[in-house]
Order: sequence, then structure tokens, then C-alpha cells
Amino acid sequence: MSAPDERDGATPRAHSPAGGGPSATGPLGFPEPGPPRFLSVADVRERLGEVGYLADDGIAGVVHLADRLAKPVLVEGPAGTGKTELAKAVARITGSRLIRLQCYEGLDESKALYEWNYRKQLLRIQAQQVLDEEDLASTPAATSGAPSDSTSAPARLGASRTWRALEEDIFSEEFLLTRPLLEAIRSDEPVVLLVDEVDRVELETEALLLEVLSDYQVSIPELGTVQAERIPMVFLTSNNTRELSEALKRRCLYLHLDYPSLERERDIVRTRVPGVTDELADQVARIVRSLRTLELKKYPSVSETLDWARTLVVLGVESVDAEQAKATLHVLLKYRSDLERAAKELTVADEGSA
Amino acid sequence: MLDVLTGFVGELRAAGLPVSMTEAIDAAEAVHHVPLEDRDALKYALGATLVKSSAHWKAFETAFEVYFSVRGPQFTLEDETDAEEHGELGDEEQAGQGAGRGHGGGGGEALSAEELAEMLFRALLSANDAQVRALARQAVSRYAGMEPGRPVGGTYYLYRTLRNLDLDGMLHRLLDAARQEAGGVLTPLEERLATDEFRSRVDRLRREIEDEIRRRLVADRGAEALARSLRKPLPEDIDFMHATREELTALRRAIHPLTRKLAVRLARKRRHGRRGPLDFRSTVRHSLSTGGVPVDPKFRYPRPAKPEIFVVADISGSVASFARFTLHLVYAISSQFSKVRSFVFIDGIDEVTRFFEGVDDVTEALHRVNTEADVVWVDGHSDYGHAFSVFWDRWAEEVTPRTSVLLLGDARNNYHASQAWVVQEIRHRARHVYWLNPEPRAYWGTGDSILDEYAVHCDAVFECRNLRQLEHFVAELA
Repeated sequence: MSAPDERDGATPRAHSPAGGGPSATGPLGFPEPGPPRFLSVADVRERLGEVGYLADDGIAGVVHLADRLAKPVLVEGPAGTGKTELAKAVARITGSRLIRLQCYEGLDESKALYEWNYRKQLLRIQAQQVLDEEDLASTPAATSGAPSDSTSAPARLGASRTWRALEEDIFSEEFLLTRPLLEAIRSDEPVVLLVDEVDRVELETEALLLEVLSDYQVSIPELGTVQAERIPMVFLTSNNTRELSEALKRRCLYLHLDYPSLERERDIVRTRVPGVTDELADQVARIVRSLRTLELKKYPSVSETLDWARTLVVLGVESVDAEQAKATLHVLLKYRSDLERAAKELTVADEGSA
Repeated sequence: MLDVLTGFVGELRAAGLPVSMTEAIDAAEAVHHVPLEDRDALKYALGATLVKSSAHWKAFETAFEVYFSVRGPQFTLEDETDAEEHGELGDEEQAGQGAGRGHGGGGGEALSAEELAEMLFRALLSANDAQVRALARQAVSRYAGMEPGRPVGGTYYLYRTLRNLDLDGMLHRLLDAARQEAGGVLTPLEERLATDEFRSRVDRLRREIEDEIRRRLVADRGAEALARSLRKPLPEDIDFMHATREELTALRRAIHPLTRKLAVRLARKRRHGRRGPLDFRSTVRHSLSTGGVPVDPKFRYPRPAKPEIFVVADISGSVASFARFTLHLVYAISSQFSKVRSFVFIDGIDEVTRFFEGVDDVTEALHRVNTEADVVWVDGHSDYGHAFSVFWDRWAEEVTPRTSVLLLGDARNNYHASQAWVVQEIRHRARHVYWLNPEPRAYWGTGDSILDEYAVHCDAVFECRNLRQLEHFVAELA
């Protein structure tokens, strides 16, 4: 029996697709989605609404599809439009644990997938040495007086046997440090995996994600392949600072989260800002929409809209006039040139350019 | 369904969207999971599986509208005359043609042009979407004058309809109404908000009209023929020289994320470039943590010198937008160059570096270049020869072996002297001389284009007709 075989047998979690474990691959190689999490698009929308995330048809539709097709969702869009929030909300409504992998430049597989706990392995080896010496000390005492050349051969045999046992031992689950991706795959409970700001990793590092995203499995050379018990819902977010690779995009459903429509933004303000009046919410949403039609360096995001609405509520403003808007505009806009332009545009209406 | 889907995918590919085989399969799979009668759900399902870039969404939308347009008897062209007669407002299910004449005494016939405008005005004022839609349909059948089989593009019908509706006038009336409601005066802020609100409503009306025209055209000519005629280039493929105003806006929007991406990519390229020789000191220092064993060798990364850029751009009418985009791109990634200096010319030449200094808004600076730069010498027609010789007299000293010179223009010299020796001399001094031409390669050297005379003295001449080519060039340069 060769060593790899033994290892495969020894690890309960390493399922081969044909093995007894639940197979995650259906006919034609499509991942089997498992029992549906949502009844319909409307159901998604309603439940997201309950946890305070107001989805439009597009968002709810894509989430529903992601569940049915067992595909990851790539969420792209300007900063602060609720990309990360969407994953959190979905985790909440499905009662799943959220596992988050924050991407950054220089992320590698030991931070994303798994790592061997080499200190513990080292400790194990040293402990083995101590044990062996004790063994050795006790054996000659029992067989004292035997010729020295005859003991050396069995001792070598024993050493090679213990080496193999040791190798199996230190490359077992006990010494494996799971990182977010592997953790999401191995989890027994339902999980939502959030790979945040995936555009920050280098193009080459993206390849790490591919196996997880398409087959929901992780290959560990020493252990075998770990397959997902249950396909997790996966969200990848991107701020679009670079073009993601075709390979990654192909494996995902694509959702572009843009700034919300006037009506939706108003509703978001109403649900997320306690103490806001309908009139104020409406005004806030309108002013923000007007700002977004200007040519600015950075458009106000939804989260900044919410901050602004909160500011106005705290200040006790019932309805915004130009002066108040100007005084609090710095909550919305973060560049001096933007602030100046907005202040100018808001106070001087351009009648001519209809 | 499968036929429609494959046709649709084919159309997307023809429009330039990269749709792979797996994505098409995904789309087919996704269609199973959405109710087919729900058109929006279908649209999002297809969008999520087939379109993987927000820049392509518009092209997708157009193709979708054509391929999955709402069809039915009420949209056929033959119905048009009847529709005018029996078009009851808000009535979504107009009866068949025969029945139409029967109860033709409804509102439609009596509706004069003024009444239609009035109803539209009221519908817009109260933001009644259903009514706006119905009225848009009404307006199209009344004004567009569509005839079956007539080989005219949709824009023609759109123009005819809009001309009759006078949307600008409508906007003013809406604003007046808002003013009256508020008791005569609006604060500037309110005014601004009201304008934006009404403008968005009028835009919605315009979209309804466009949709309506498209629906009728599909019914007349079939989806494939129409899709071909509606196909528009993606933002990165728009030709600089022939961009319409709308396309220029799209380009301006596209260039911003593009520059950001380019800057990030170049910064990374510089940092993670080739591996240099072993850095012995650093390796030994880091080996301390592993007990003196050099486990992790460290390398010296080469830091290539940043090039210096001189941009010399023709900003005469025909190539102005090209110069604009190139300057925009170059300045947006100016951190990748040790120095950027820019010169613009028509028949006179002026240095415009000062407009970009200390300004963090490139658009603003470009605007000042266009309005304040002193570039007219005699008559305001391009004269490359004169511009180059002045450049030689005034700035040649500052061209060093570290400088890359970019010459931008179509080299249409209006039959003036070429003064190509300037380019030759500059090349002797500079590191590189590149020429970027926004014209298609086939036109080079035809008519009054004397590119060939300059080209022999340049290191390379590039065709830069669209953002894709421009981006490629700039990325290579840095």
C-alpha cells in the first residue's frame, strides 16, 4: 500500500466524486445546486427588505439565479453602493455564517486557502524524537547482551516505519490551518462566502479562486481534494480598478450595482435613517440625484447620502434650503473642487440649458 | 426559445461583446429558472449570464429590446391608421383592426395636436407613467408617419416625432407650472431640483417614444435586420474623428475609469517588474529570523527611469477631440512620467503645460487649453510646418535624450511647407519620436495629408482611432 493511498483513506473529509459523500457535481459537470434557498425572485426581494436591504428587481433576480445555478456572483460598481452590504444581507436572510476574505495586494494561498501549521509540526517531530529515545532506552534493557550488528537492521526498519507514520501524522487535518476559502468549503453549516474587493489582488493570484469558484473544491497535495458539503453562496465584489480576467468573469454571474434610482434611494434613506421625515428623505434623494448629474470627481455614494441624512436629522433640519445644504455638503463630497462646483450649481440654477 | 437565444447571442457577438460558449450555456440554463412571461426577469437573467462589463450593458439592452420586443397585433404598422382612430388613452389592449373602426369614436380621433400636447403636459406634471406611455404611443402613430417597408432608420422617425412634440417647450411649461404652484418664486435650489425632476420625466417620455418606434420597426422588418441597423460601437471602439456629441459624452465617461485602471496597472508593473540580481545584504539580514539559513532570497528590483514626455498636439477642428483625449490620458497618468510638457498648435503653437500645473481637474485644464491657448497665427488652418519650426526655435533646447516626443495629428497641412527637417532634428536629440494619427491607415498620405514626409523621421507611427488603441499605446509608452 502506497503512502498517498493510506492518506486518502485516513482523511474522512477528502471525498472523491464517486465516493460515498454527497457529490457536488451533477450531469454535464454543472454543480448541483442543492435545495433552493428562495422560493422566487419576489421572495428574495421581500426577505432582503425585511433585513433592511432594499433590492431592485435586478439584484433580487441575480441572487435568485445564483442560488438556482450554484454560481458565484460578481458584484461590480462604484464605491458605496452596497456591494458588501448585499452579501451580508443575504447571509442574514438565509441564516448563514458570513465568511469574508478581504483581498489586498500580495494576498497568497497561505492567506486565502490553507497553510500548514509548521510550528506545531515541528513540535510534533521533536516530541516524536523524545518518545523514540525513550523507546530505544527501554528496548536494549530488555534484550541485553545481543550482538550489536544484528540490532542495527531492525532499528533502521523501525525508523523508516516511524518516518512514514510521522509524515502521515504531520500532514493530517490536525496541522492544517484553514483560511477563508477552505473554511467556506468545509463548513457544515450554511455559509455565505464574501470575497471582498477582488480587483485588489494581482492577476496571477486570481487563479487561486478559480477552482473554488467553479467546482467548489480545494485541492491540497498532501491530503487530496476537499469538496463542499453544500454549495455556499459566493459573492465577489470589485471596485473596477482593473479589468478582471476573462476566466474569473466567465465563472460568475455579473451584477452591476449602480447608484439607485430616485425612488429607491428615497426608500433607502427612509428605512436606514431613524427619525427622518418623508419630506426630508425626498429632498435628500433629489439633491443627491442633482449632484450626480454634475461632472464631479467623485459622486456621492449611497452611504454618504445616508450620512448626510443622519447629519440633517441630528441638526434638527426639517427641510433643506440652499444655505443648509451648502453648510453640510462636505459630508457628501470629498474633494474641494467638487464642493465648489456643487455649491455654485446648487445656488445658481441653470435655466438656459434645458 | 433556443433559436431565439442563439440568435441573440450571435447578435451580441456581432456587436462586439465577448460572449463565450459557457456563458451561452449558462444563459440557457438561467432561462429555465425565471418565469418567461416576466420580461424584466428574463432581461436580468440574460444580462447576469451574458454581459460581464458595465460598459457593455447598453449594447446588450439595445439587442435585448430588439430580440425580445413586445409583439402583438397592437404594434403592427397596418394597425397604425386604426390606432389613431380608436386609441383610447391608457388602453393597453387595443382590439384588433376590424373592431377598431367600430368604436372609433373614442378619444383618439377627437384628439387634436394641442389636446395631445396638453394631455402629455398634465401626465408629465403628475408623473403618471401609464398615461405617459400611452401618450407616447399615440404621439408616435400620429407624428412619426411610419410606413411598412420603408428603408429609413429609427432615428428619422424619432426626429419627426420629437420635432412635433417640442419637448424643450414642454420642459419650460412644466417649470412654469411648478413656479406657479410654489407661489411665483422658487429658490435657486428648488428651481434646480424641479428642473432635474422634470428633465428626468421628459427623458422617460423620450425613451418611451424610442421603445415604441423600435417595437414597430421590429414588427415591420424582423429582429435581425433591425438589430444590424441599430448596432452601435462600444465606447472603447468609438472613432474619435466621427464621434457624435452623444458618443463624445460616452467617451468622456469611459475615459475616467480607464485612466484609473491604467494608472493602477502601470504602478504595479513598475513595482513588480523583472527580478533583478540577488540582494546579498537583504538576504542575510532576513536570514536572521531563520537562524542564519538564507531561506528566502531577496532580489534587487530594477527601478527603470521614468520617461519625460513632450506632447505636441494639433487642436484644429477635425482632430481636436483626439488631442483632448490623448492629453487627458497622458495627464491622468502623469505620475508615471518624470515630466510632462504639452504644446498645442493650429498654425501657431503655444505651450499649455501651465494650465495643468497644480490643477487636479484635468477637464477644467483642457477647457482652458481650448479657450486660452494662443494657437492662431494667420488664418486658423492647420500649418504643421510653421508650428514645428516655431517649436524648434523656442523649445528645441529643452528636448533631451530622456525625452519622448509625441506628435498628434492627421498631418493635413493645407498644402503648406512641411518643414520635416524639424522632426528629423528632434529625433536626433530625443529618445523617441512617435506620431499618433486618428485617421484610418488607408487615408494616410491622401489628399493634403503629408504624413509620409514626417513618418520617415519618426520612430513609429501609430493609428489611434479609438480609446482601445490609445490606451494600448500609452500603456506601452510608460
